[in-house]
Amino acid sequence: MSWFTKVKKPLEAIALRKRIPEGVWRKCESCKEIIYSIELERNFNVCSKCGHHHRISAESRIKLLIDENTFKEEDEGLVPVDPLKFRDSRKYKDRISDAQKKTGNKEAIIAGSGLIENRPVEIAAFNFDFMGGSMGSVVGEKVTRTFERALSNKRPAIVVSCSGGARMQEGLFSLMQMAKTAAAVGRLSKAGLPYISVLVDPVTGGVTASFAMLGDIIVAEPGALICFAGPRVIEQTIGKKLPEGFQRSEFLLQHGFVDIVVNRLELKSTIALLLDHMCGQIVCPLPEPEQDEEAEAGPEEQAL
Amino acid sequence: MAVNYLDFEEPIVDLEAKIDELRELSGKDGVDFTSEIKKLHRKVNRLRKDTFSKLTPWQRTRLARHQLRPYALDYINHMTTGFVELHGDRLFGDGVSIVGGFARFEGQSVMVIGQQKGRDLKERSFRNFGMAHPEGYRKAVRLMKLAEKFNRPIITLLDTPGAYPGVGAEERGQSEAIARSMMEMAVLRVPVICVVIGEGGSGGALALGVGNRMLMMENAVYSVITPEGCAAILWKSCDKLEEASEALRLTARDLLGFGLIDEIVKEPLGGAHRDPVATASILRRAIRRNLEHFRDLSPEAIVSHREKKFREMGVFA
Repeated sequence: MSWFTKVKKPLEAIALRKRIPEGVWRKCESCKEIIYSIELERNFNVCSKCGHHHRISAESRIKLLIDENTFKEEDEGLVPVDPLKFRDSRKYKDRISDAQKKTGNKEAIIAGSGLIENRPVEIAAFNFDFMGGSMGSVVGEKVTRTFERALSNKRPAIVVSCSGGARMQEGLFSLMQMAKTAAAVGRLSKAGLPYISVLVDPVTGGVTASFAMLGDIIVAEPGALICFAGPRVIEQTIGKKLPEGFQRSEFLLQHGFVDIVVNRLELKSTIALLLDHMCGQIVCPLPEPEQDEEAEAGPEEQAL
Repeated sequence: MAVNYLDFEEPIVDLEAKIDELRELSGKDGVDFTSEIKKLHRKVNRLRKDTFSKLTPWQRTRLARHQLRPYALDYINHMTTGFVELHGDRLFGDGVSIVGGFARFEGQSVMVIGQQKGRDLKERSFRNFGMAHPEGYRKAVRLMKLAEKFNRPIITLLDTPGAYPGVGAEERGQSEAIARSMMEMAVLRVPVICVVIGEGGSGGALALGVGNRMLMMENAVYSVITPEGCAAILWKSCDKLEEASEALRLTARDLLGFGLIDEIVKEPLGGAHRDPVATASILRRAIRRNLEHFRDLSPEAIVSHREKKFREMGVFA
């Protein structure tokens, strides 16, 4: 038998396997279990076997949190520019247009207004797929405007952060977004309006160290990496391996920097409940118990 | 003086050594080298002017980190009197990478807060190389609020490679400390003047940099990430430091051009460490001039000036 005839068989097998359309099955990043894609999506990308929270896009995040057909996008026209004419191995401009093509978004964040179980809110959600959700001028501006809309419309603000931090390619302009957004949180807070910061895997650097850590209430999804300096940087600095679970949501909860860790599927109802507690209608004074009820109860009690 | 110089200063140092040599010989053998010495002096001055007028951003970064460069406490000693250092964040510790306290500046009491590096090995490790832990930032906020309470202007001196990336720092909420510091600074009802005196290292520096004015020493740098970090991430190489520092536009002149800082403070030729006393005196006058702008403003006007300044930062289309 010649070498060439031998090769034929496995080729056929590959061709056969290819008949199954791509993307029907997905492997869980944590437990490696093979899951039916549609099932995973229906579960908002939470693994039904191990509960691992896979990353979701900004659009899916809005869909998860905002009542159907109530989301109205704002500031979608804001696009990044290249003030530094930044270029490393590639031009910043090219990186932007690649990210825009890849995600269909103009920037790493979507902002707007909508209802959460009928409660009007201003919301912004990061898209990690757009340059690691990094914060440049546009992201900083959209976050700031979200707080400002909340302020002028007297509504709660919700920001779902998922970001690698400040965007290097915009240099100090990016850094200044930290101060700009932090100051905007301060103005909202002074007006007595609530801000819920939702942290999802990962939130690092300049985003953690500004508005993300300044929520009246900070909610985190399970297992999310939330830190100032990333684990690799710390390992390099201290020359030691970091323990399992370091800088994860549960670790921050334990150290007092997160209020609650909430499963993605309960995120919406939890936020709705929190909003009620902070700014739901106040019924005051509490209604007196009805007279006749008391009269009825009276003799029965005596009889007992 | 030749103990500590950077490689690009080598030709200057060589010439200066030659001058010293000639001067020594001059007296001994009865030979007169005065005219040669004069000539060399002119040459060395020209060379220095030439070298320092076209420093690359990376060279400037190294000058900003120079071991002999005046640090926060040097400026405080030269610019103020009656400095009383105050310690502790009242929560966990002192945070010794940041120093602060009341001082008398140009006849009035102020709160001065600075990021402090160490000069010798022992002090450098004591100051954690100028990289603050959360307690440092929390102490700074406490002191700034103290200043606000007693209506004293605030001066902050920035000089840090960045906030410390360590286990304890993360456990105690480094990001929260930085975020809160910025938020609190934004609404201080007294004037705040910030100066980058050396290294303005990212969020660790900005945490004390939300002021009404941002001044920068001529050879200081201020950046979103260190050139080392940027090169490692974007160039995936540790020796692209020239390229990274060039791309980041971290020099005072670049940042003034972008409108991200308000003023450049001149340094003596060759850098602040050539004459710390003169440098401090130049800076003192610059701070006084900037403080005077705010003397007659109401607390509300001071706050809204600062809020507006940061609200306008960023460029987009």
